[in-house]
Amino acid sequence: MQYFNDKGKAIIEAQFGAQVKKESGTEIDRCYQCLTCSLGCPSAFAMDYLPHQIVRMVQLGLREAVLTSSTIWVCADCQTCATRCPNEVDLVKIMDVLREISLREGLAKERGIADFHRLFLANIRQWGRQHELSLILKLKLRTRDLFSDLLPGMKMLMKGKLKLLPERFKEIEKVRDIFRRAEK
Amino acid sequence: MTQPTAPGLRYAYYPGCSLEGTAREYGLSVRAVCARLGIELAEIPEWSCCGASSGHSTSRWLACTLAGRNLALAEGMGMDIAVACPACYIRLRKAHHEIKSDDSLREELSRLMAVPYQAKHRTRHLLDIISHDVGLENLKNKVVKPLKGMKLAAYYGCYLVRPPEIVAFDDPENPQCLDALLDTLGAEARDWSGKVDCCGGSLSLSKRQIARQLVDELVEMAGRAGAEAMVTACPLCHANLEMRQTGTDGNKIPVFYFTELIGLALGIAEARSWLKRHLVSPSGLLASYGL
Repeated sequence: MQYFNDKGKAIIEAQFGAQVKKESGTEIDRCYQCLTCSLGCPSAFAMDYLPHQIVRMVQLGLREAVLTSSTIWVCADCQTCATRCPNEVDLVKIMDVLREISLREGLAKERGIADFHRLFLANIRQWGRQHELSLILKLKLRTRDLFSDLLPGMKMLMKGKLKLLPERFKEIEKVRDIFRRAEK
Repeated sequence: MTQPTAPGLRYAYYPGCSLEGTAREYGLSVRAVCARLGIELAEIPEWSCCGASSGHSTSRWLACTLAGRNLALAEGMGMDIAVACPACYIRLRKAHHEIKSDDSLREELSRLMAVPYQAKHRTRHLLDIISHDVGLENLKNKVVKPLKGMKLAAYYGCYLVRPPEIVAFDDPENPQCLDALLDTLGAEARDWSGKVDCCGGSLSLSKRQIARQLVDELVEMAGRAGAEAMVTACPLCHANLEMRQTGTDGNKIPVFYFTELIGLALGIAEARSWLKRHLVSPSGLLASYGL
């Protein structure tokens, strides 16, 4: 069942809660809004909705508001919420599922962070292992932010902390195979 | 000076990408310290990236198979895995956990690897291995240059302690093993409340201002507790703590890898060369202790 706003856009999708529950394998209905997750969250200050609000919104089926929120991207993946939840609601898994759906449907609000993940994975697909220098350069080109961190970056290069060339990797096709299957 | 390997201290070693790049000094110190402590690390041939945060943030399937490939390679070697990077550690442990309880994932991985994957072996972090398999008593016997009461804040961060049912070998809210290890080396681990707070490392490149705020809070807390340097077992925390402190060059707090300090205390000659790679130089601090 869907509920629409006056512009005809679906704002509530009753099945959303069930979808997240199924994909994350966690019992979101158990949440009784005690706020333990939000109080321990290190990124809370940068979020548009607090973690406990996201859980409530998922239960209510506020699909688009959740999938276009900053919260799911500025989550630092520190695992504190799920560790402290008295009802074993695994918010870490919920966040993963929300990011996955948001990317799949092209709704990611924090483009910089979503781009970072994409470039990170593209590099693994290309080289088998992460090559930090090319990742940083690609990220800079993509975000058109060429000059921040130039100084520490140069310092890292001079100290031999950034490998210039990626290593040769014999079984690269096996890693690429994983990515090819993931696309199916 | 190699010493005979104690029986059982052999592991399939998963270095992870950072230890060959931004955290090269961590990689070098891990190998040197393990050799000295009689831990044999057999590098997993053709290991690949575990997928890190970007893997599980975009696809559970990808996260499990990218990490799983390495688990299967290690299983072929018949040994538990030793890993130094906590981000790799949690990925490998989580994948193991998920693959074990999901038949379709296990079959998929077996197909990919062309051998049946049985999820038989464990993944262990080196802090756990050194604290519990080598043991602090053995470590203490090998200390030749004690750290003279240097005041340190043991920083555990996230993935060595959370989520406890997947990763923990210590208390998730107030862990002690790194503190105990530093005390064993002759340093003074200060009690402080930032031990397991997140530094925002996963956002260090993509959302700088969040990382900066979290790092500054941690550095301030460590300073208030009387620590003159922080100690980590994580390459992402190390890079983030060094890069995102907002102090001027002179008042930034140095950050050590725990293996670098073990190397110094055991009198390993190359230890100095590892420290030269830091962005925040610890040489002034070490000189003030005559080290």
